[in-house]
Amino acid sequence: MIRMEGVRKSFGSNHVLRGLDLDVPKGTSMVIIGGSGTGKSVALKCILGLVTPDAGRILVDGQDAAAGDHDAFLARFGMLFQGGALFDSLPVWQNVAFRLLRGSLKRPREEARAIAVEKLRRVGLKADVADRLPAELSGGMQKRVGLARAIAAEPEIIFFDEPTTGLDPIMSGVINDLIREIVVEMGATAITITHDMTSVRAIADTVAMLHDGVIQWTGPVSQMDGSGDPYLDQFIHGRAEGPIEAVR
Amino acid sequence: MTALATLGRAVLGVLAAIGRVAIFALRTITFFVRPPFYIREFSHALLHIGWLSLPVVGLTAIFTGAALALQIYAGGARFNAEAVVPQIVAIGMVRELGPVLVGLMIAARVTSSIAAEIATMKVTEQIDALITLSTHPMKYLTVPRVLAALIAVPFLVGVGDVIGIFGGYAVATGTLGFNAAAYIKNTVDFLEPLDVVSSLTKGAVFGFFAALMGCYYGMTSGRGAMGVGAATKGSVEAAAVLILAANFVLTGVFFSL
Repeated sequence: MIRMEGVRKSFGSNHVLRGLDLDVPKGTSMVIIGGSGTGKSVALKCILGLVTPDAGRILVDGQDAAAGDHDAFLARFGMLFQGGALFDSLPVWQNVAFRLLRGSLKRPREEARAIAVEKLRRVGLKADVADRLPAELSGGMQKRVGLARAIAAEPEIIFFDEPTTGLDPIMSGVINDLIREIVVEMGATAITITHDMTSVRAIADTVAMLHDGVIQWTGPVSQMDGSGDPYLDQFIHGRAEGPIEAVR
Repeated sequence: MTALATLGRAVLGVLAAIGRVAIFALRTITFFVRPPFYIREFSHALLHIGWLSLPVVGLTAIFTGAALALQIYAGGARFNAEAVVPQIVAIGMVRELGPVLVGLMIAARVTSSIAAEIATMKVTEQIDALITLSTHPMKYLTVPRVLAALIAVPFLVGVGDVIGIFGGYAVATGTLGFNAAAYIKNTVDFLEPLDVVSSLTKGAVFGFFAALMGCYYGMTSGRGAMGVGAATKGSVEAAAVLILAANFVLTGVFFSL
C-alpha cells in the first residue's frame, strides 16, 4: 500500500535519509525503530508531504504521493503527533472533530460533536472531557484525545509518532493496547515510530529498523529477537557496545 | 575585499528577506479571494484585534492629545500663537499621531501576540497537524488575522483620533482657559476630508503590516523557546519599522496631492 523507493533527504550537510526503501502492505501495522535523529519522523513527514524529499519516490496504492489532489490524499490519513499537537484555542471535541467541521468531510455541527464524543469514548475518555481545553488535560489524556482525532474521520492509514513518549509505563500500556485494538478494528494500515520496545511488541506486525538513513533490517516482529542482525540486536537489548556508535 | 564580500552578503541577505516577505504578502492577498473562508477564525481575530485593543488605544490617544495641547500652548506662547491649539491638536492627531501611535500600539499588542501564538503552534507541531487535517495554515491562520487587522485598525485609528482630540479639548478647556464651543468649532472647521481619509488609509496599511509581520515571523519561527522569542521580537521590530516607513511614504503621497 505504501512504498518508499530510494528516498533521500538532507538538511544542509546533515544527510538524514540516504536512499530509504520501505514497503508497508495494506492492513499491516509496521513499527519503525531506530536511534534518535535517524530520520524516523522525517520519513513519515515525507509520506505526508510535510517534508519534500530530495530524491526518490513515494507511492500510495501505486499513485505518486506528490501528484494529484493533496487534500484528497491527506483525507486518507490520520496522525497522532508525539506531543499531541492539539489546538490550544479549541475545546477537546472541536480538536477531535476538526476535519469533520470543515473541508470535504464537513458534517453538521451536532453530528460532528456526536462523532467526537463517540471517538473520545472509544479511547476511554468520558463525554465531560469534550468541552474542556487541551491545557486542562493530563499528558495521557492529551495522547488519547490525539488518538481520537487521528481516527475521527476513519482513515485508511494511521501514523503514530512516538505514541508513548513521556507517559508512565501503565499509561504507555493503555495507549499501546488502544492503538492495537483500533488498528485491528478499523482494518487500517499503520506506521508507528518509537524507541519503546514494549510498544514494538504490542503494536507491530512487522518491524523496520532505520539506521544511517537506510532500512537496516525489516521483518515480522516474531523474527526480531532471532534476526542475528548486530545493529538490531544492539538496539533491542539497549547495549552501549556494538556497531551503533553511542556517544558517552 | 573581505569587507566588500561581507557587505555584499549582508545586502543580499536583506534583499532575500524582503523578497520572502513580499512573496508571503502576495500569497496572503491571493488567499483573500480563494475559498475556503474561515468565518469563525475571522470573527475571533476581529474581536481580539479590534474590540480588545480599544482600551489601550483609547488611553494612548487621550494622554497623547492632552500632552500635545500642553506642548502647543507652551510653544505657541513664545510667539503669541496660543490660539492655534485646537487646529494643531486636530491636524496632529488625525494626520500623524493617531495612525502612527495606534499602529505602534497594535504592533506591540497584536503583532507580538500573533507571532508568539503561531510560532508556538509551529514548535508544537500544530501547523503540521493542520496540514495533515487538510487545512491550509495560511488560509486558516494568516488570512483571518490579516483581514481582521485590515478592517479593525482603521476603525481603531478613527476612535483614537476622536479620543486624542478630546484629550486636547479636555486640557485646553479645563486648564488653559479655552472656550468649549469655540474649540470644537475651530477643530471641525480646520479639518479637511483628506485628513480623515489619509488617517484611515494609514490605519488600513499599518494594520495589514502589523498582522502580516506577526504571521510571517510566526510561520518562519525557529525551534524551541528561543525560536518563539526571536520570532516575537523580530515581528514587533519589523512591524514598527514598516509602519514608520509606510507612514513617511503615505504622508508624502497624500499631502503632495
